[in-house]
Amino acid sequence: MLARILSGDTPRSPILTVALLVILFVLTLAPFLFSGAQPLNVAAKICVFILLVASYDLLLGYTGIVSFAHTMFFGIGGYGAAIALSRLGPSWSALALGIFIAIAVAGMVALVIGLFSLRVRAIFFAMITLAVATAFLVLASQLSGFTGGEDGLNYSVPEILRPSFRLFEQPIFGTAVNGRIVTYYIVFFAALFGFLLLLRVVNSPFGSVLQAIRENEFRAEALGYPVVVYRSIASVVSTMMAALAGVLLALWLRYTGPDTTLSFSIMIDVLLMVVIGGMGTLYGAAIGATLMIIAENYLPALMGKLGEAAAGIPLVSSFLSADRWLLWLGILFILSVYFFPTGIVGKLRTLWQDRKSKATQKRDGGTTGEAI
Amino acid sequence: MTDRTAEREETALASPPIDWIPILIPVAVALIALPLIGSFSTWVTLTVAALAMGMIIFIMASGLTLVFGLMDVINFGHGVFISVGAYMSLLVLRPLTGWVESPSLALNIGVLVLCILVAMAVSGMFGLVFERLIIRPVYRQHLKQILVTMGGLIIIEQLLHVFFGGSPITIALPQNFRGGLAIGPDMIVERYRLIAVVIGVAVFLAMMLVLNRTRIGLLVRAGVENPEMVEALGYRIRRLFVGVFAAGSALAGLGGVMWGFYQQTLTIGMGLQVLVLIFIVVIIGGLGSIGGCLIGSLLVALVANYTAFLEPKIALISNIALMLVVLMWRPQGLYPVVKV
Repeated sequence: MLARILSGDTPRSPILTVALLVILFVLTLAPFLFSGAQPLNVAAKICVFILLVASYDLLLGYTGIVSFAHTMFFGIGGYGAAIALSRLGPSWSALALGIFIAIAVAGMVALVIGLFSLRVRAIFFAMITLAVATAFLVLASQLSGFTGGEDGLNYSVPEILRPSFRLFEQPIFGTAVNGRIVTYYIVFFAALFGFLLLLRVVNSPFGSVLQAIRENEFRAEALGYPVVVYRSIASVVSTMMAALAGVLLALWLRYTGPDTTLSFSIMIDVLLMVVIGGMGTLYGAAIGATLMIIAENYLPALMGKLGEAAAGIPLVSSFLSADRWLLWLGILFILSVYFFPTGIVGKLRTLWQDRKSKATQKRDGGTTGEAI
Repeated sequence: MTDRTAEREETALASPPIDWIPILIPVAVALIALPLIGSFSTWVTLTVAALAMGMIIFIMASGLTLVFGLMDVINFGHGVFISVGAYMSLLVLRPLTGWVESPSLALNIGVLVLCILVAMAVSGMFGLVFERLIIRPVYRQHLKQILVTMGGLIIIEQLLHVFFGGSPITIALPQNFRGGLAIGPDMIVERYRLIAVVIGVAVFLAMMLVLNRTRIGLLVRAGVENPEMVEALGYRIRRLFVGVFAAGSALAGLGGVMWGFYQQTLTIGMGLQVLVLIFIVVIIGGLGSIGGCLIGSLLVALVANYTAFLEPKIALISNIALMLVVLMWRPQGLYPVVKV
């Protein structure tokens, strides 16, 4: 049953299993474990980013193509929900229409970009997506009549999702279940559903073909799999999931603007999350997104303290100041591309495999290695 | 018999005919724009300004296409070398403010040349370190190249933050390069743009000459075709390629100085912003082609200028539209040199 839900792709490392269970447990009960707005905000953001990063991993880790337009599709989702809710009023039908249009537009745009650039080489895809994403960002901030420009859009959500709404008369476990918590659970379950769906996709025969293309494009083509078609489909599926993540963020924030969805720094964050967590494993996306968002929210404060402690030393203090945490992440990023190309998850898995094979070797008198 | 073989060898070695169609496109675009704009003097002003702008873009883009064409390395960090070059001009401008404000043309030129030399030297050095630490382990792996050069970009950007601070810095053009120059009735061109044209043409000619007419250029091109053979002949191919990378980075530094003076404001993100434009240019021109890069730069600048005049809203996406049109016609750019 459990293996069915996970599409047969189990964590394959006890430490990883524990880490994932902790993340799942905390995210499931976040509204009841913590009080105050900040932790719940962080939890919701983690849910959204796990979905966003997992969908990016489908492209980068499984198919082996680099896109810099993933935040554009994230933004299309966000703006789809935002524009529908602000134009048509806070109703469920408006939201559904917004989601539908956003996901359809995202898929079509991805298909067009793919047909233009995936025919030639993977490098073209990276460069063209960067160019298109930048143009989209400019358009979103210039067409202020439609998107609200630099200020973005504020809108209200359907009544059940508003903070003033109460689902039950009585508080549960000492927490009043208001509209925010209902929204949180919508975000949580949608992200969980999306994640499991992606897990299904990558462990299907289709996913195996993607990995074959990643490993050797020509061999895959020679075996009769049309590479361009498979890459384009992967790109479309991935961007639709990104658009869904954008919708969830728009629902949670009740605001959509260029900075929350489209900016290049979010793209960099997503890239860091995938690589540090582990390319080619969706669990890596979950680990990477969780670690990075917690770090993003709490690390600058820590680094600020370190910087203050080193205040006397002129250059060191500016290296350690809270604004410079991207410097250290950049270094970590490069090191992980070189030394742990499969990220934290890959490292944990190989560690566990080594231990297991050593244990069996010891039991069988150290001959198994050669016997196989 | 011997005559005939000699003749055959000669034809085999003759350079392939030049593909003229891409060269004619910018001319055609300019001619089509003339009746749309209506006024001849406006058209001349727009066209000259665009050509000069195109030269600045070319200087910035040339290093990227050089490194890709010769080394098969895609450097997403190229943008940050542009920022580095631009910020290095501060090292010259700050102590030599007197030269900048001086009415003497010689001192003005001197300060510009110094800026360029310092910027090229420093960004070339950065290039050497970058090649050694970041790129060398990932030759022939495009996916990883994109990732690590992106990481390198983040790191160098942050280092610039540490040393120069995050707020924008304004710089002044040398006295004699400010303002415009009348080139006819109602036709004005900024003086600085003329300098950009001179430097751009010089860079283009120098690259073409070095690659096609010198021994080093010959070795580099041979090394691209068959590295083992060149090594077997006793040349250190590694060292040649490191030199190419440093040259590419130095060109980015030169482009950074030119771009910085053009904008007269330095921000740390300036290189990354312009990187997108550079990518569009090299995709249009054909990744790795220097001639294509020049034509792509001019084309992008012309189209941007004309659309900005005719229909400002469209100008926002004119580059992307141009790129899509070119790719529909030639999917690998105007001059496809990419070895798939």
